[in-house]
Order: sequence, then C-alpha cells, then structure tokens
Amino acid sequence: MSTTSGIKHPELSDIFNRDEERVNWHDDTLWWIRAKRDKAAHSISEWELLRETASQIKDNVLSNLHNYLVEFEAKAQANGIVVHWAANAEEHNKIVLSLLKAKGINQMVKSKSMLTEECHLNEYLEKNGIDVIDSDLGERIVQLAKEPPSHIVLPCIHKKKEEIGQLFHEHLGTAEGVSDPQVLTETARIHLRETFLTRRSALTGVNFAIAETGEFVVCTNEGNADMGAHLADIHIASMGIEKLLPKKKHLSVFLRLLTRSATGQPITTYSSHFKKPRKGQEMHIVLVDNGRSVQLGRESFRNSLKCIRCGACMNTCPVYRRSGGHSYHNAIAGPIGAILAPNLDMKEYADLPFASTLCGSCTNVCPVKIDIHDQLYKWRQVIVKEGHSPAAKTIAMKVMDFTLSSPTRFKLAGKIGRWTLKNAPFTVNNQLNLWFKNREMPTPPKESFSEWFKKNNK
Amino acid sequence: MRVGLFVPCYVDQFYPNAAIATLKLLQKLGVEVHYPTNQTCCGQPMANSGYEHLTKNCNSLFIENFAEFDYIVSPSGSCVLHIKDHLHDETREGDAQGIRKKVYELVEFLTDVLKVEKLTASFPHKVGLHQSCHGQRGLHLSSMTELVDQPFSKPMQLLNQVEGLEIIELTRPDECCGFGGTFCVAEEAVSAKMGKDRVEDHLMNGAEFITAADMSCLMHMEGILKRKKSNVKVLHIAEILNAG
Repeated sequence: MSTTSGIKHPELSDIFNRDEERVNWHDDTLWWIRAKRDKAAHSISEWELLRETASQIKDNVLSNLHNYLVEFEAKAQANGIVVHWAANAEEHNKIVLSLLKAKGINQMVKSKSMLTEECHLNEYLEKNGIDVIDSDLGERIVQLAKEPPSHIVLPCIHKKKEEIGQLFHEHLGTAEGVSDPQVLTETARIHLRETFLTRRSALTGVNFAIAETGEFVVCTNEGNADMGAHLADIHIASMGIEKLLPKKKHLSVFLRLLTRSATGQPITTYSSHFKKPRKGQEMHIVLVDNGRSVQLGRESFRNSLKCIRCGACMNTCPVYRRSGGHSYHNAIAGPIGAILAPNLDMKEYADLPFASTLCGSCTNVCPVKIDIHDQLYKWRQVIVKEGHSPAAKTIAMKVMDFTLSSPTRFKLAGKIGRWTLKNAPFTVNNQLNLWFKNREMPTPPKESFSEWFKKNNK
Repeated sequence: MRVGLFVPCYVDQFYPNAAIATLKLLQKLGVEVHYPTNQTCCGQPMANSGYEHLTKNCNSLFIENFAEFDYIVSPSGSCVLHIKDHLHDETREGDAQGIRKKVYELVEFLTDVLKVEKLTASFPHKVGLHQSCHGQRGLHLSSMTELVDQPFSKPMQLLNQVEGLEIIELTRPDECCGFGGTFCVAEEAVSAKMGKDRVEDHLMNGAEFITAADMSCLMHMEGILKRKKSNVKVLHIAEILNAG
C-alpha cells in the first residue's frame, strides 16, 4: 500500500506541487478546518487552562505508566475483557490473527485505528486470508483506492469528491460521473450496513482507556465502531500503551479538547464506552508497545507520547497543507508524525524532522501541549549525530563554520559573493541554485553594513 | 546604557539599509550604540540544520563581541531567538547565560525597554505586516491566532505611531512565509509555494510595501515579488520607523 519506495519528503512534495491548483485546494480545505478549530477554541474562555490540565494529566500518566497499565489490566480482566500484551507490530498482528483463527473467522470489520495502520495490520491479515473492511467512510475510500490514509482524522482529505465518485463507480456500482456527497454517502451506508450485519468480528481502536475502571472509549462521528462492535461475536480493541487516563473524571478534559482541536466540533457524535462484553460476546484488548517504551526513555522526546491523535498540528502546518500526507511516507503524517517516526526507524525517517520551517504553529494548537517544533529541532541534532545526514550537507556546514568562525574570512566571502552576484550573475542564477527556481536572488548592495560603518562612523 | 548592535550576517551583506536604519533609529532615541566590527553570525543556519555542535566558534565569537554591553539589540527576531535559546560556551557559560537575558529584537527593545510612545516617522503608504514566526511565536512580539489570549502586537504598537501609514488586513495574519533557513533550498517546492501564497495575501489586500521584524522572511518574499515582476517592495520595520 505504500506510495513511496524510498523517495523522501522533498521529492514527494515536489511531485505534489506539480499541480498547483490541487495544492491550493488541499491547503484551503485544511485551513478551513484550522479556522473551525480556532473558532471552537476561542468560544471557550478556559481553553488554555484545559490544555494545561490535559498536558499535566498526560505527564502524570507517562511518569507512572507501569502502574496505570497494571491497574488497567486488572480492572479490565475483572470486567471480563481478555487483555493481551504486544511488544511490537508483529506480535500485535499475530495476536489478532490467532483470535480470528480460533473462531474460524475470515472476515473482519474495522473502525478507524491509526495503530493498526502503524502495524500494517490490513496487509498482514489479507496475506493470511482474512478479508478486512474498513468501516470509517474516509478509511473505506482510501482502502478502495489501495492507498494509505493521508491524515489521521481525515484519511481521504487528499481526494476530491469527483475522484471518490469514480472509485464508487468502479467498486460500489454507482453511475459514472456521480459525485454528489449525499448520494455517495448513502451508497457507502448501504454497502457498510451489509458488512456490519454479516461480520462476526470487529476491531476498533481506542481513544482513551481508564485505569480506574478498566473501560475504554472510542470516539467516532459515524457510529461505525458501535455498529461493528455491537453486532460482532468478537470485539478486538487495539490500543497503544500511552492511551491511558488515570480516572474517569479526567476523560471530560480530553473529550472537550479532542474534537474541538480536530475539526472544531464540540464533541464527537459518538463517544462510546466499552466496559465488558455483552452476553455471549468476547472482548479483547491488545496493549501495544511498538517503540513506545523506547520513546519514553528518550528524555527530549518522551512527551510526544502525550499525543491524542487529533490532527490539529497537521491542519495548521503550512508544510503539511502544501505537501500532502503521503509525502511523509509514514502512517502518521505531519509534525507529530515527524517527531514519532524517527523513533521507529531513524534512517528511514531522517528527512521528516527537516520538513518544517520550525514556525511553531503546531505547538500552539496541540491540545496536550507537546513542544512539537522544539522536538523537531532536537531530532535534527540527533539525526546528524547518528550519521543520517547527507555527506554533502556535512561538508557545506563545515565550510560554513570555517567561514563564520573568522571575521576576516566572513568579510572576504561576503565580498566575493556580492561581487559574483553583480558581475557574474549567471554563475548563481541557474538551475543548480534551488533558490533561483522560483525566486530572484537579492540585489547585491554596493557596500556591506560593516563597510558603510567604517566610512561613516569614525 | 551601552547597547551592542548585532547585525545578522546576511543583513550585513545584503540588506545594509535595515542595519543603518536600526543604528540611526536607536541613536535618534538617545541610545549609545556600539557596533563590534568583528561579529559574523549567530550560528543559526548550522544549528537549525542539525549541526548545533558546529556552532561553538560562532558562540565564542558572539560572546567575545557582546558580553560587555548592557543590552544587545538586533533587527532580527529569528537570530535573537537563536541566541536566547541556544547560546552556550563551556569556558564562558556565565557570559553566555547573561547574553541570553539581555539580547533583544529591535521592536521589543523599543516597546519594552525604551518604552517608546511617540515616534517622529512618516510613511504615507499602504503596508502589510508580516508576522515572522520566530519573533511572534518565539519572542512573543504579538499574540498568536492559535492561542486564546488577549490580542496585542508590539510591531503594530510602533507602526501606529508612524504618520500616514495605513496597515492592510491580511486573510491569514500569521502564517509562515516558508523561508526556514536551509529549508528554503532543502524543501524548495514547499518553501517557494509558501512564499508565493504569503505574498499573494499581501497583494490581494492592496499592500504597497511588506514589512516585518525579520529581514530573512522579507528576503524570501522579495525573491518571489521580483520573480513576479511586482512593484511591491519589502522594507525592514526599522526603515519605516526611521522614515521621513
């Protein structure tokens, strides 16, 4: 399902930017959501206090994660839920498969779970003969298109309605050329209704899990998690170990923040609490580490685990809006993806922390106050130290250090640079200069400030 | 009060007028300004590229040039933020920490230290104010659209004192211009697109000039404007505050 194959963010963004109209459309669509988020945030006078409270609750969770996990496990088991522990993606996928096999099930309906995207569960299950249908409309659309989601909350935000119409025509039998959202949604609804009624197994994600009660909460706008879970014989919930909250009362803070940050809605249409299996049903939770405890041990990056997957940092990111989610070649795109991904594979994702101007807007919208742009800066330092920076860049930086370390060399280099721009502009204004592709070079002044100062301030 | 004038490397080489205006403006306001001639760069281009470990020489040079002053003032929010956040020197850590506390971007120095309430500048033009990210979100020169906060703007506080100046409203008042240091070439496609979009906002809303407290953003937008053969000009805020 990967759209990339080793190509990095700058090249993928370059490809995305070949269709400028499309970039404008993508940017405007996400900016509109950012604006809705602003409106929702500004309608709550205690917004900043809410963010601070959420941040502190999550800090507490991360500092006491072991205890909360053990407490959660015991409470969940007492409620009749079976708890599984998965150290990594592979273990998670194996557990899910074995649960289905034990029941002789070969079809599963799945509501949105970024964790299963991270673990590439769909591909794994398909390889093992299990037919998976994503029930979140956006996820179903990208599944039909054989693409990964481009956004954690809005998986098909990169697709125009005409393209969705074409997909539905090919896969769900709508008439060619139909792109009316009402018609398309109705078609998906009928198609998924059949899926819900016939699937014996359902997998959901987990937005929040409460240590105190052993219950978990799944937030959806479409009610698809409930439709799947309530009709299935076996409900499997996949959950990252950082999703815990200490007590039920803490949930209100997060439910107020989550959707306001994500889409500007006051709350998700459905915030479903799952506490125990109904009679005759099996309920399983798979607690997944997959690098999280490693990240927890990285002092500079541990608080990235506070993330509640609202996507606000993506919507506000001027780079994400103009490069698209697939340019991040990772299940989680945008600024948060760029600080999470290097933990999983530093070499593969060495480009992502550099896909930012460090403007800081992500940090400002983050409902749990993750210092995203500072972590991007810190990842850059780690990536260079670990040797994942191109050799040419290292040489350029050493030359820069050599030049800037000496006032004499700096003045000379400046003089040569200005002389060249004035007298031999063709050596600079050409295809080798990436700046020049879309921008003119500055006009060299007749003298530098220090030269002017020497003459005028004796 | 002895003030050391810190002129960022690219301003020294390509935008001397921004530095001259800063110097003259401070002198006009009665400040004793010194310009240490051995200065080069704050080291940010290397640090933001992941090579902070190569900035040791820049750091010691900076400390050597500026430790003696009561304040250090610079016409660049970005370079000031870098010094404030990252200046270290194992052999002179006390001086490094001291500098981090007394380094100011020009606008905040005027509003917060000198408490300027009346300027004698005149600039009868329509001006678009670009909020440079590091000045705004890093140094808090103005409130930010993302946060629920009382609105304020230090650059506006000063621009409002300029006779004849008309500020235009922007559709997106505080979006990044896409310069981002080495980002502008490393991520050329997105950087250029961000620059185009930012410039378009100013043009659509009728700016004759675009100003900012950071010349690097203006350099980026100027590159776009010139490629478009637009007549709209960029000017560092010091040049406007010192105009007429």
